[in-house]
Amino acid sequence: MSGAEGSMGDGGYLGASRRPGLGGWIFSTDHKRIAVLYLTSLCTAFLVAMTIGVLMRIEQLTMGRTIMGPTTYNALFTLHGVIMIFLFVIPGLPAAFGNFMLPLMLGARDVAFPRLNLLSWWLYVGGAAIVVTSLFTGGGPPDTGWTFYVPYSLRSSTNIPLAVLGAFVIGFSSILTGLNFITTIHRLRAPGMRFGNMPLFAWSLYATAWVQLLATPVLGITLLLVVFDRVFRVPIFDPANGGDPLLYQHLFWLYSHPAVYVMILPAMGAISEIIPTFARRTIFGYRFIATSSMLIAAIGGLVWAHHMFTSGMSDAAAAAFSFLTFLVAVPSAIKVFNWVSTLYKGSIQLSAAMLYALGFIFLFSIGGLTGLMQGALAVNVQVHDTYFIVGHFPYVMFGGTGFAFFAALHYWFPKMFGRLVDERRAKLAFVPIFVGFNLIYFTMLVIGFQGMPRRYFDHLPQFHAGHVLASLGGFLMVTGLLLLFHNVARALRHGAPAPANPWGGVTLEWSVPSPPPEENFAEDPRVPEKPYAFPREVAP
Amino acid sequence: VTETSATAGHAPAAPHRDDDGSRMGMWLFLLSEILLFGGLFIAYAAYRSVHRADFHRAGEELNAVLGVGNTLVLLTSSLAVALGVLAVREGRERTAPRWYAAAMLLGLVFLGVKAFEWASKFQHGLFPGRPALAALPPGERLFFGLYFAATGLHALHVVIGAIVLGVAAAAIAKGRVRRDAPVLAENAGLYWHLVDIVWIFILPLFYLAA
Repeated sequence: MSGAEGSMGDGGYLGASRRPGLGGWIFSTDHKRIAVLYLTSLCTAFLVAMTIGVLMRIEQLTMGRTIMGPTTYNALFTLHGVIMIFLFVIPGLPAAFGNFMLPLMLGARDVAFPRLNLLSWWLYVGGAAIVVTSLFTGGGPPDTGWTFYVPYSLRSSTNIPLAVLGAFVIGFSSILTGLNFITTIHRLRAPGMRFGNMPLFAWSLYATAWVQLLATPVLGITLLLVVFDRVFRVPIFDPANGGDPLLYQHLFWLYSHPAVYVMILPAMGAISEIIPTFARRTIFGYRFIATSSMLIAAIGGLVWAHHMFTSGMSDAAAAAFSFLTFLVAVPSAIKVFNWVSTLYKGSIQLSAAMLYALGFIFLFSIGGLTGLMQGALAVNVQVHDTYFIVGHFPYVMFGGTGFAFFAALHYWFPKMFGRLVDERRAKLAFVPIFVGFNLIYFTMLVIGFQGMPRRYFDHLPQFHAGHVLASLGGFLMVTGLLLLFHNVARALRHGAPAPANPWGGVTLEWSVPSPPPEENFAEDPRVPEKPYAFPREVAP
Repeated sequence: VTETSATAGHAPAAPHRDDDGSRMGMWLFLLSEILLFGGLFIAYAAYRSVHRADFHRAGEELNAVLGVGNTLVLLTSSLAVALGVLAVREGRERTAPRWYAAAMLLGLVFLGVKAFEWASKFQHGLFPGRPALAALPPGERLFFGLYFAATGLHALHVVIGAIVLGVAAAAIAKGRVRRDAPVLAENAGLYWHLVDIVWIFILPLFYLAA
């Protein structure tokens, strides 16, 4: 926390605070401090979920029981999903980097509702605490998978109600963040900052915020109805009372599919910032990238039932949702093509942030294309509930959002903490992460296609080699991740002092000192007329 | 660590105040509330299309007179809030809190009637977890499940709304909310109107379903 002490004069927002010590952080309404709170919480959640992932990979090293039985395994994959999704990927980029950068990029002094912003973090932490409590109370950790499908979530003797309530509270936090960002973008842009020259990260946050605002309440009511059934026996979804489990699935995915766009859109936004900066070239197709964010948010709200092709829908509905699923790939592809076009004839500087961003484009493309395979009805029946899904999802969410998170971390770290991250070590960590990642998840795609079903603690002999390979890849990747986190933590104390604009970026956050002062801008900044207009020559 | 800021706590002069921004935030919040109840209404639509006759029979168990009466109570309270907002905008700081208090009181009347209704359902054993409810056909069970979920969630919103009205009334009385800074009073009113509008949908779907 006191990372920038000494070297940077007053240390900007990291320096003096109205309240001393921890209170100056957890009760601060400064968007930058809240962003650091989120970053700390997110990284903690990530490390916990990662450890659970390692335990699962150890279990799959041998056939039969290795270190745990089926019940524990069920609890672990549920926890891995719940923590990764609700506590890391969904809040991920918007809450940490969005909170920090959005006001800076718009030329504002804070978000529209600073106290609401703090409340969002408290709700996030409160929800996380409820989820953690659910592990050790009642019937023990939930074992339904992160989707809480009925009727099993109504029957399971584990502590479903509390875990579901925790997810509900975290959802509330997400809604408030969305509300805050929409209002901020509409009301607090500096003079001269229009929607037409707003940075693309802000555009992506804008699209994300609408999805958070409109989709999350549907999940909220759905989870609340599950709680009502469990606690008060209110008959809604239980087939024993005439309820319809398919209705639950519709309502659940009505939120949870758009939620994957909450996870990926800000990641795409961060990539759209990093690519032009390190290609030293204006972004190709600014308007297309901005508009495609809104298109993804809009079409993404109409594709939810592609999770339910084998649940027993009518063929007509399945065909319609399949078509819409193919449609939503178009704006995503628009982004990928524009990023690649930006690189063309660029003066590419292969910094750590750029390396992770390029990793993102490669892995996200695999994730997107395997997603299309599942959007095709016939293929879906073959791969449904197999390791193909278990491989596909991390390609989008980890290879996508996760790599973008690391790219953003390396890109914005100097701005946030006033210190430089050791570039050489950061690039070194990339190698085991990238190689290990593909070893795990590509292997999973293959054994999934061969028929390995998901959610079993055991496997048949024909999948053994694949599982061992995936586990070894997993250990390799975790080694790299630990190296990455160690390097970043080290930079907090020992990193060289960062200048205001170490990468030659042209968005407004680079026009203020690193770390930024508490009020961000002393006076309204001069907003460049054209976004991403790089000067012809940049001093190194 | 030294005390850096000159004035501690919330500055009353509020140079950064943005009333339009606050109103916008409130409308966005209401939008999310509509989607929250929207999920319930989707469930209602889905089940009603399957269990048409059961929903009709179950609807007969509800007292339409009480439902309509309660609607009148809630609509009147919304009128009171609207008059309260008008009073704030016209600078009548004395009368404004009274309108808010009146709306709050009507909200409590609404809750009283609701409690009476629930109590009579409890007496007939028509509430979740009871054998009398479990003996009904599936469609009727779902109807009552949705009824308790919808009216319960709505009642919770009435409670929160009444508290918000109270806060607004107190702020007006203390002079923190006034003619040139009316936004808290307006937003409290908006929230109360939402509570009202949601009820306008609950009434026909449940009480007039028979």
